[in-house]
Amino acid sequence: MPSDLGHIRDKVRGYILQNLLFTDDASQLPDDVSLLERGIIDSTGVLEIVMYLEETFGIKVKDSDMLPENFDRVDSIARFVARTVDAK
Amino acid sequence: MCAIAGFVGVPGRTVEDRATLERMIGTLSHRGPDGRGFHLDAGIGLGHARLSIIDLATGDQPIFTPDGTVCTVFNGEIFNYVELREELRRLGHRFHTASDTEVIVHLYERHGDRFVEHLNGQFAIALWDSKRRRFVLARDRAGIRPLYHATADGRLWFASEIKALLAAAPSLGALDPRGLVETFTFWGPVDPDSVFRGVESLPPGHLLAIEADGRRTLTRYWDWTFPEQGSARPFDSIEDATAELRNLLVDAVRLQLRADVPVGAYLSGGLDSSGIVALIRGFTKTPVRTFSIAFEDAEFDESAHQQAMVRHLGTDHTTVLCAKRDIGEAFPTLIRHTEAPVLRTAPAPLMLLSRAVRAAGYKVVLTGEGADEVFAGYDLFKEAKVRRFWARQPESTWRPKLLGRLYGYLEHSPVENAAFARAFFGQGREHIDRAIFAHVPRWTTSQRALAFLSPELKAAVGPWDPLAFYEARLPQDILRWTPLARDQYVEAKSLMAAYLLSSQGDRVAMANSIEGRFPYLDHRLIEFANRLPPQWKIRGLTEKHILRRALHGLLPDDIVTRTKQPYRAPDAQSFFAGGEPLDFVADLLSAGRVRAAGYFDAAAVSRLFEKCRAGRATGFADNQAFVGILSTMLLDELLVRRRERQPAESLST
Repeated sequence: MPSDLGHIRDKVRGYILQNLLFTDDASQLPDDVSLLERGIIDSTGVLEIVMYLEETFGIKVKDSDMLPENFDRVDSIARFVARTVDAK
Repeated sequence: MCAIAGFVGVPGRTVEDRATLERMIGTLSHRGPDGRGFHLDAGIGLGHARLSIIDLATGDQPIFTPDGTVCTVFNGEIFNYVELREELRRLGHRFHTASDTEVIVHLYERHGDRFVEHLNGQFAIALWDSKRRRFVLARDRAGIRPLYHATADGRLWFASEIKALLAAAPSLGALDPRGLVETFTFWGPVDPDSVFRGVESLPPGHLLAIEADGRRTLTRYWDWTFPEQGSARPFDSIEDATAELRNLLVDAVRLQLRADVPVGAYLSGGLDSSGIVALIRGFTKTPVRTFSIAFEDAEFDESAHQQAMVRHLGTDHTTVLCAKRDIGEAFPTLIRHTEAPVLRTAPAPLMLLSRAVRAAGYKVVLTGEGADEVFAGYDLFKEAKVRRFWARQPESTWRPKLLGRLYGYLEHSPVENAAFARAFFGQGREHIDRAIFAHVPRWTTSQRALAFLSPELKAAVGPWDPLAFYEARLPQDILRWTPLARDQYVEAKSLMAAYLLSSQGDRVAMANSIEGRFPYLDHRLIEFANRLPPQWKIRGLTEKHILRRALHGLLPDDIVTRTKQPYRAPDAQSFFAGGEPLDFVADLLSAGRVRAAGYFDAAAVSRLFEKCRAGRATGFADNQAFVGILSTMLLDELLVRRRERQPAESLST
């Protein structure tokens, strides 16, 4: 069964809101906003997200997957997780 | 070194004015424990707290001209006072003391407000001309010694530190939202702003005159200036320039060793401070005692390099070992001295170091501060060079790889991952033609802390474009200079004068009655270096190239060729032990206390607090926000609230 993309997206958004934006207000983080351009994540922010994804979804993020296109938006992170989980 | 405080304006009752002056000076006794002096007359009051360094016997202040009409109090040192006295004597001036202070009033008699152009030193001066009933404040060129002023109750009040102003005019005791936002963005308030409402800093290189009729004139008598891009080279060869630089360095060190007490020096383990000690050893007969900080945490520690230098130079050396907990525990005292929020804890270990210097019986230390600004030592300059180089061919994949050569010393380096490095350092490319281009990445990171501000504080600041704001305070012709010159100018003002020389310089040294001296900031050296072509400062990606050449032969090769490691200290982790916050941290960052103070959003702060407590805050942005918020809350506690509850004098400890 393919992973529930909506569920992953909500969890990822919740994590970024609480741990990188320090808020519950979901309006601060639309799905398609660029995390890099808005300065929401820096290099250590990426490491934090990767650690969270590995712990929460039981996946391994390979060096070759560490690309801005996989991590720049809530939506792209959720799709990346879903793809990786399904490929397991 | 010392403290000054006083007023000019509406005359009052002598008894009360005297009490006010004593109260002001009383808050500054850490700067001048060796004596006090006052001068009071109708509408003028000058106070002085002395740290005796030159002319121990007759150097008490205030000091007057022989006819008693011109009077000064000053904080700092005039290093070329020996030469100035000789010259003035030849011109018929008679001196009553052996102090450096006395040259100030004589130069004023002869040159008027242009007296300040003759001084080589670090100073904050207040001068009263009783014949013309005019008053003058002046501050040194680089901004080494602080000088604040405010207008209240029909008077201009001035002081070395803000706490003395608050002791005279309690109405000033509120934090200014704009000053806070500037500090959270640029690391320090932008001249002439401070973080206290109504309090201004006299900018470096400026003189403020107040005439008998109350008219005020602010004059900039000196600034960092650079030649226009494409100007003719001032030297035939880098060899000639290096030789001249070596002579200037030797002379700057020789002048700054002038003191009637023994002089120490800081050794960081890097090129700059090692160079100063080597110059003292190589070109003077002054014995030198050295001091350094070592960290328990290997990421920050440079003691192996320090020990290598100690062996090479053969100095009598003291190392202060600094643990995270020491930083956390020293932090409230630190903030009482900085009188501004800080975004890093790095000043705290320096305060512990100055305490050790004092305990060893020293009052004066020479340091390497300034070399990175004058000779372009910071990574920021190299990073900007790569970003500009890359922006010329944005599609290039190898150009950004040069960034991989920077930041090797960081545990969580922003260039660890090439794809992200490209994404981060490619940001802000649209600002390439602006004078603030190099600083956009740093200010973007710092500014993330603004997300924690309360809605009320955000509303008080209103819409604010930090880049345009900073640009508006830059010299008109800055874009005619080379890109490196622009970067150096912004750095000299934003980070150096507003933070490094203040919160991490004067304040942490004076907290323990220690005077810091900075030979690289001798204005002749700044003027010399500003004329050099940029590639003599950064050659390829090697910083401070010409300084390395000038120090060649004085230092072991591995020090001369070593890449700069910035001085850093553990940040948020300093405030937690075993997953628990230090007591004052828990109190000040509790939701109730944060809400009552009104500067920050309590819910956001508690999330950040939890992240730091759990040891999950690894990036610069989170750490800077945490340290910035905590220091603002301390400022509120120590200089706003507690001052309301206690007499001012008790703040001086």
